[in-house]
Amino acid sequence: MKSLILRTVAPLLIALMLMFSIFVLLRGHNEPGGGFIGGLIAVAALAIHGIANGVETVRRAIVFDPLAIAGAGLLMATLAGLISLWMQVPFMTGIWIEPSLLGQKVPLSSVMLFDTGVYLVVVGALTGVVLALEERGED
Amino acid sequence: MDGTALTCLTLFLPFLGALLAPWLTRRMGHNAAWVLALVPAAIFLHFIGFSAEVADGGIVTGGYRWVPSLDVGFYWLIDGLSLTFALLISGIGTLIVLYAGGYLKGHKQQGRFLSFLLMFMGAMLGLVISDSFLMLFVYWELTSITSFLLIGFDHTRQAARRAALQALVVTGGGGLFLLAGLLLIWNITGTTQFSTLFAMAPQLKESPLYLAALLLVLGGAFTKSAQFPFHIWLPNAMEAPTPVSAYLHSATMVKAGVYLLMRLNPAMGGTPEWQTILPVVGGTTLLIGALLAVRQTDLKLMLAYTTMASLGLLVLLTGFGSPHAIEAAVLYLVAHALFKGALFMIAGIIDHETGTRDIRKLGGLRRAMPITFAAAIAAALSMAGLPPFLGFLAKEEIYYALGRFDAWSVVFAAIAILGNALMFAVAFAIALKPFLGAKVETPKPAHEGPLLLWIGPAVLSLKGLAMAALAGLTHHLVSTPMASAIAGEPRLVEISLVPHLGVPLGLSVVTVVLGVLIYRNLDRLRALLAGVLADIGWGPDRGFDQAMRGLVGFSFRLTQRLQTGRFDDYMTVTFIALAVVLFATPFVFGEMPRPPVFPKDVPWHELAIMAIAAVGLVTVVLAKDRLTAIVSLGIQGFAVAVIFLLYGAPDLSFTQFMIETLVVVILALVMTRLKVYKTDHRPFRQTLPDATIAAACGLGLCLLLLTVTQSPFDTTLSDFFNLHSQAIAHGANVVNVIIVDFRGTDTLGEIAVVMIAALAILSLVRLRAGSMTTRMADNDPDAGEGSA
Repeated sequence: MKSLILRTVAPLLIALMLMFSIFVLLRGHNEPGGGFIGGLIAVAALAIHGIANGVETVRRAIVFDPLAIAGAGLLMATLAGLISLWMQVPFMTGIWIEPSLLGQKVPLSSVMLFDTGVYLVVVGALTGVVLALEERGED
Repeated sequence: MDGTALTCLTLFLPFLGALLAPWLTRRMGHNAAWVLALVPAAIFLHFIGFSAEVADGGIVTGGYRWVPSLDVGFYWLIDGLSLTFALLISGIGTLIVLYAGGYLKGHKQQGRFLSFLLMFMGAMLGLVISDSFLMLFVYWELTSITSFLLIGFDHTRQAARRAALQALVVTGGGGLFLLAGLLLIWNITGTTQFSTLFAMAPQLKESPLYLAALLLVLGGAFTKSAQFPFHIWLPNAMEAPTPVSAYLHSATMVKAGVYLLMRLNPAMGGTPEWQTILPVVGGTTLLIGALLAVRQTDLKLMLAYTTMASLGLLVLLTGFGSPHAIEAAVLYLVAHALFKGALFMIAGIIDHETGTRDIRKLGGLRRAMPITFAAAIAAALSMAGLPPFLGFLAKEEIYYALGRFDAWSVVFAAIAILGNALMFAVAFAIALKPFLGAKVETPKPAHEGPLLLWIGPAVLSLKGLAMAALAGLTHHLVSTPMASAIAGEPRLVEISLVPHLGVPLGLSVVTVVLGVLIYRNLDRLRALLAGVLADIGWGPDRGFDQAMRGLVGFSFRLTQRLQTGRFDDYMTVTFIALAVVLFATPFVFGEMPRPPVFPKDVPWHELAIMAIAAVGLVTVVLAKDRLTAIVSLGIQGFAVAVIFLLYGAPDLSFTQFMIETLVVVILALVMTRLKVYKTDHRPFRQTLPDATIAAACGLGLCLLLLTVTQSPFDTTLSDFFNLHSQAIAHGANVVNVIIVDFRGTDTLGEIAVVMIAALAILSLVRLRAGSMTTRMADNDPDAGEGSA
């Protein structure tokens, strides 16, 4: 893609979108959002990155193969479910802990781990598809 | 170990032997046969143990539950019929294993062969011992499969492969008929076991479905027992090594159909249908088989066709069903298993030691192979029905059954005489021609076979003599219990070697005279038959090929029609189906929605958003090129997302925005990659039906949504989630809590699907159009032999 405007704006846009996607993921439990939507936003960001700067740049930027990311997400989601079994409660029961960090209580849960897994699966799977399609266009 | 467990172990013993056979043969060579023969020998001894009880009219049952909820069990039934069969299978099996040890000595895959042979033995044993319908069916198909393996043993030859496939298609297909028949019987009587079926015979025979059940069962029995016109697989199965022919295709497997008829005789026999179909089919098979046997010059093929004829005779007798006919069938079945098994093995020895089994190229072997000659003479005498052999008793009994003076009996007596005379001639052609006369040069210098080879035929021939000589004991232990089991009531077999003057003896004499005449003119008759067959020029065997070619061609054309490989064809079918479902369902159930009430005071911004959506849609339809259409579709999607937002579904709207964005991006990417026209190139005659389908789908979905919104809304679930989301799952966003907590396992499944879909898409994307070398047209059946 030879658009100068897109290439100038892209880094800003991508950084914003990725940050926003993580924000949406984390706030999902109480406000509109969640792993699925967050993942879609991240995919859109990476797709723009690919269109603006080429697929190779994106691949280098995300380090891991997209499908490996998706696989890791699936594994993470499964493990999040298995934690409950280890705690002697039915599969997928939410486990919550609230450690104190600098005097501030931070609620953490297996549910959040699960949602992060969903996020990674969506990012990995769709990025893989989008990048493959963009790649075909280049050769 | 109690008796039940021991019998069960006995039933599985052949399969254990089959596991050991390859290993044992690798270590011991062909001598492994001596060890492996212990398996059938042990089975034989185990079943001999039942004979005293069965001879006194007892019935041994036992077994285990298998699928109790479906009334399916693993139960066996040991009465006179199944015991005789079990003894034949294990007794002849012992000799066959030894024979196979000698016959395939030094063959690279002898271990595999012995393994197949033992597997077959286990299947056949289970078949005859089954009390449960389903158990019988499973073993029935298992014999077809093992027979397929054995016939195709020499799998490098095309003829062997074809014969194996043909046998599998015919007998396996017949097995499906049998299954349907047994299920129908189960449906009529409510029982799944033979032992309880007999008491329900009147109910079964009076059912309106009796004829259907009978025809289905006969479909199974006639294919297995090679009745005309399903006999074709039997002569072709002679491609198998001779031990297989001797065991499966004369003594055991082909008799499975006859066994089934005998087993069902008390439950289904005696009706006009039974007494018409069976004798007619059996008689036809007898005549055709005997005539075709005369036509052959190959020893094994001559034997194969006489086997077919004998099976026809057995079906004929079973169908007659009179006391003498049943007794004749029993005696003939046992006699046939003995003499035919022996003759096949003899043919194998001749083939093995001289290098040919063409009767025209053999002669003067009596000095080189004296033991084989003696065994052949004994077996042929029994086959010809001459005293003092068991075959003689059988033939006397046959003529007792048929030698009556009503028209029906006279016709079948004539058929039996002609068939028997032809078999008489063939028997002596096989037993005398290769051994008498001047010495003929054979491909290999002739000499007597080793002990492993001749022990089988010798024992079987002597057995035919001994059983006739000790007729009283034979009848007490075998004939009477078996005849009683077939008749379903006590019977007493009394015939002995002492001839009585009367009609049967007269008919016997006629048979012998006719047989001698045929024997003397055998060459002339053979030439005559060859000429007639050449004039006909078509037979069921060629018919089988035509049917198979037709089937392959039909499925090819059908597949070509259904799987065009054109994406728009698939889309058309899918959307037509969708439209039909959407319209048919509300019509059938009378659930058309009420016309919607248009709200009075709609805020102007909502109207504006709807207008945007409409504009987007109209643009999609009117767009000249694809990119415009895709982007316009996105406009419509965004408008819908805004409506979601306005009606209080932020999560949904949020997702919709993202999905629409990505769909536009991905579709645009895909469209630029595909080599498609930039614009819509369809002519009007194609656009019109497509538009109709699209409109129908849209209208249908519209109706569906109206119906959904008009049905009363059940708030149980939403109330539950609203109430518990914060309390149990510590989350204020109900939608997200449902996704990751309440229904987390669903989500886990869904993300797995996302992952799998991505893998599939990636492999499709990476598949380059150039690498698609195997096109469907390459599998065109008309193009050549191919994979058939």
